[in-house]
Amino acid sequence: MRPYSPISRRFFRVWQRNWIVYRQSWKISFIPPLMEPLLYLLAFGVGLGGLVGNIRYGGAEIPYVRFIAPALIAITVMNSAFFENTYASFVRMYYQKTFDAMMATPLTVEEIILGEIIWGATKAIIATALMMVVISFFGLIRYPEGLLLLPLAFLGGIAFGSAGMICTAIVPNIELFNLPVFLFITPMFLFGGTFFPVGNLPDWAQTTAACLPLTRLVDLSRAFANGRIDTGLLPDLAYLIAMAAATLPLALFKMRKRLIK
Amino acid sequence: MQEGKTAVNNVIEAEHLRKAFGDIIAVDDLSFSVAAGECFGILGPNGAGKTSTIRMAYAFSPPSGGTLRVLGLDITREARAVKSRIGVCQQENNIDPDLSVLQNLEVFARYFDIPAAEATRRSRELLRFMALDHRENARAVDLSGGLIRRLVMARALLNRPELLILDEPTTGLDPQSRHQVWERLEQLRAEGLSILLTTHNMDEASRLCDRLIIMDRGHLLVEGKPADLVRRHVGRDVIEVTEPAEGLAAYLTERGVIFENLGLRLIVTVEDGRDLYREISERFCNGSGGCIMRTATLEDVFLRLTGRDLRE
Repeated sequence: MRPYSPISRRFFRVWQRNWIVYRQSWKISFIPPLMEPLLYLLAFGVGLGGLVGNIRYGGAEIPYVRFIAPALIAITVMNSAFFENTYASFVRMYYQKTFDAMMATPLTVEEIILGEIIWGATKAIIATALMMVVISFFGLIRYPEGLLLLPLAFLGGIAFGSAGMICTAIVPNIELFNLPVFLFITPMFLFGGTFFPVGNLPDWAQTTAACLPLTRLVDLSRAFANGRIDTGLLPDLAYLIAMAAATLPLALFKMRKRLIK
Repeated sequence: MQEGKTAVNNVIEAEHLRKAFGDIIAVDDLSFSVAAGECFGILGPNGAGKTSTIRMAYAFSPPSGGTLRVLGLDITREARAVKSRIGVCQQENNIDPDLSVLQNLEVFARYFDIPAAEATRRSRELLRFMALDHRENARAVDLSGGLIRRLVMARALLNRPELLILDEPTTGLDPQSRHQVWERLEQLRAEGLSILLTTHNMDEASRLCDRLIIMDRGHLLVEGKPADLVRRHVGRDVIEVTEPAEGLAAYLTERGVIFENLGLRLIVTVEDGRDLYREISERFCNGSGGCIMRTATLEDVFLRLTGRDLRE
């Protein structure tokens, strides 16, 4: 059906369009990734941290705030990409008909969607970078290992953004995004080894948590921020790469089905 | 038509084109061709298959059957090549609400891989052409309907297309904006641009189209030049009688004249209506109703062929 290549470098043009729009409102877009970690660190790190004290991580005792700071980054990666490629992409597709206009140019559906997903991952990187600046002020990230958080944000962004894009390809209306948020995003936010170690859960819940992508992302994020890099991280990395490798093509396929009528 | 030779001069060649959405057949066995430099119209009531047809022509929607060549290229196999050489005004005003007027054009030009400096140059040039340059920095969403339409047209010209495709270009516009759009389209046609448009505005079709087809329920009804179609299907004169007196229908039937009886109104179509008009106005127009004679228009053809029933 399509002997011509459905994907060329032109997907970058779609990314560029979003970048131009983002730049116009960067002063507002910058605030959440800067403020959120501050609020969380204050509430959980200082407030709750006083009650919790130290926590065992990787065979050592670390302050609670050191435990949750990298998790906040992982959560932001998930949220930035997932929300960009659900609500924001849906608005562009359904209400603004931006994709329809693009489809009357040499761009293919695959390029449009790939551009959108890479844009979602870019927002995850931007948010991560901003949070790293804030968190580094408190001395909670070890460098240079901590710089690995940036490529990790890209990988996580692709995985969660593609998952979001699959939802966008399926939902009939924007209200239905509440469903994946309620069923996946919120449980992962709470139980993905973010605010307390997965080991504190009963066995069955530990097994479930290990299957959640955020748990893997949090593991990696915590390891990179605390400078504990070893081969034990490979399964986590493999999991996220496999997730991205599965969800990205599926998102492109599903969106082609939705947009080409 | 002979194979091969004529193909080069046709910007669109559709043969036995078909489009089905599940069980619904939107376009059925449609064949037509558009010559280079021609303005070609697709007319039809709502649901006739106009938009489905035109969407196939700009490679938005794949045909379910038949062949469709645009600028000599197969629309399914060479969609990207076709799309880089045509300009499209879709039915919805899908301008980018997040961007300014100028940015709308600049960003869109980049989708065609036009370099940034050239994109800005062409954007400014087209804003002038569309008389939009004074609103360059306005947010696109703040423009009125007519200005948005002109912006969409400017956008469709960024890649210097060889064929311009417009889906109902003036629907919903006020008369001033409509005429503005028509003038620009006439100017573009005079410069040799091939144009394909859909419309259900008969004035628009008569004024702009060199040739047109009327379709209904997915099928082609007639094809030809607007004036020829009027002559062939209606005649030259139309007499309209409002609240006709008793006996007019019987009188006309007796004389073998073609007419349409709508109850309160009776429409007579005839080649030369002068004598008949005098007779009708003397004998059957003595009541409160009026009686006029006018030149037959494309609208008469359209209504005759597609009927007066409401659609949808």
